[in-house]
Amino acid sequence: MTMATIERSPAQTAAGMGQESPLLRVSNLSKWYGHVVGCRDVSFELRAGEVLGIVGESGSGKTTLLNVISGRLPPTSGVVEFDASRFGLTDIYGLNEPDRRRMQREDWGFVHQNPRDGLRMRVSGGANVAEPLMNLGNRHYGKMRQATLEWLNRVELDTGRIDDKPRNFSGGMQQRIQVARNLIHGPRLVFMDEPTGGLDVSVQARLLDLLRELVRDLGLAVIIVTHDMAVARLMADRLIVMKSGYVVETGLTDQVLDDPQHPYSQLLVSSVLQI
Amino acid sequence: MTARTNEPERYYNYAYLDEQTKRMIRRAILKALAIPGYQAPFGSREMPVPYGWGTGGIQLTAAIIGPDDVYKCIDQGADDTTNAVSIRRFFAQVADVATTEDTAAATIIQTRHRIPEQGLTEGQVLVFQVPQPEPLRGLEARETETRAMHAYEEYGLQYVSLYESVATYGRIASTVGYPTMIDERYLMSPSPIPKFDNPKLDDNPAILLFGAGREKRIYAVPPYTRVRSLDFDDYPFETQTWEEDCALCGATESYLDEVVLDDSGERMFVCSDSSFCSDRRAAGHAGSMAGHQLATLDKAPA
Repeated sequence: MTMATIERSPAQTAAGMGQESPLLRVSNLSKWYGHVVGCRDVSFELRAGEVLGIVGESGSGKTTLLNVISGRLPPTSGVVEFDASRFGLTDIYGLNEPDRRRMQREDWGFVHQNPRDGLRMRVSGGANVAEPLMNLGNRHYGKMRQATLEWLNRVELDTGRIDDKPRNFSGGMQQRIQVARNLIHGPRLVFMDEPTGGLDVSVQARLLDLLRELVRDLGLAVIIVTHDMAVARLMADRLIVMKSGYVVETGLTDQVLDDPQHPYSQLLVSSVLQI
Repeated sequence: MTARTNEPERYYNYAYLDEQTKRMIRRAILKALAIPGYQAPFGSREMPVPYGWGTGGIQLTAAIIGPDDVYKCIDQGADDTTNAVSIRRFFAQVADVATTEDTAAATIIQTRHRIPEQGLTEGQVLVFQVPQPEPLRGLEARETETRAMHAYEEYGLQYVSLYESVATYGRIASTVGYPTMIDERYLMSPSPIPKFDNPKLDDNPAILLFGAGREKRIYAVPPYTRVRSLDFDDYPFETQTWEEDCALCGATESYLDEVVLDDSGERMFVCSDSSFCSDRRAAGHAGSMAGHQLATLDKAPA
């Protein structure tokens, strides 16, 4: 049995994009956990400033794919290439470990679903936000403090609470701290794993609004994993629909959501609850 | 020292540890000296004291000590504290070495919490007992991750602790175990010595050996190695200062302990280095409370 990927013509998918080299190129990526499949034969390209959504049911391989692409889980086969600021377009698993870690520090951000995974819970929110700067060699407290305050402002947090521990913030606020921490060093690509999962809907809406604004302002490239069609509609330019480890459909977000071609995408879109 | 009749048997297991163990520890010491600040793993042995009482330091001393050595042991700077006295007696018994309280006369000085006030010289070895060799452990619990950080020189995380300190207290407030950079390569915990002693690590003519028995790590600073205490550009490293002088010997430049004298708030400040203080008193220096009964305590035989 083969699952053919439904793909729109390049003219439609790369709308308005020139022929410049991609920021990220994923080729024939597969990940097996022993006999269990994570993702199978995934290929796509991402350009600077583009927001790519990965949607699918739970267990469809979204998070596996994200972990493989973000250098956290070596693939069974296939290549992930990233246009790193130091090395140009390189196979990230071909780099040696210090170079790969350096690239991850300098060029990437990773927003976890659970802020506890992405924050150091034992140090203050301000130190969490400033840590990427210290990792990049900044050794001036006053300047880092200033940058941290600016970023707390940008993510609409009370700057008077800069020295509070993350546990003293609400879930939505923790997620904002995590967003600030992952954007302060000026990354070119940010990975987000269900950034609004586990938040109540009004907080979700505000966080999405904020994320959308920041992404547009900074011209960030984002790969966002979500099972929430509304999040995909709001954030993503382009969608990848996954099922059983395969990519079953790709295309512009509006095309995929308004006119789903694959039976699974149709099911996914039609199961969104209406109020 | 007169040779004992059973000398060959005694010296088979000279200084408590068997010969193979001492060779293994010496190899780790050589590794540690070759890569200043690097935590070399070693096969830590069961010792006749619990972890946390200086098993790392005792094993280091046992591996390097010889019958001609002169041994000094201090705890919190003092020669007369329980732990120091016990460990000194231990080596006097198992290694047949002469012991001393005089810093200059000692060839091996085992210490915790302090570096003697009197400058060390070439040929001396200072052995530190280390409760936690990993300076990054408080911020990163994974050993695999901290090892990678050392290997790739990723030390930004250590500055997070300094940042927290400045954010909370307005200055870098940590006073013991203040993180140091060895020869601009390895981040090293100086063991819980006060940061007052950090400058003494820099360019020291003696060999500095650090042993952590529970964590099974040995690290070292060879003589004349650059040791820099971490700081921020706008919050430079500073050591502690006191408004008082030593009440017994009048020293102004030494590290002082606060001693509570009664329950009405009476207290005195005295040198934590007891040998340094008594030497000064013997040389005729006197502080504001000279002749206090505390001064007679360090005359007690060890």
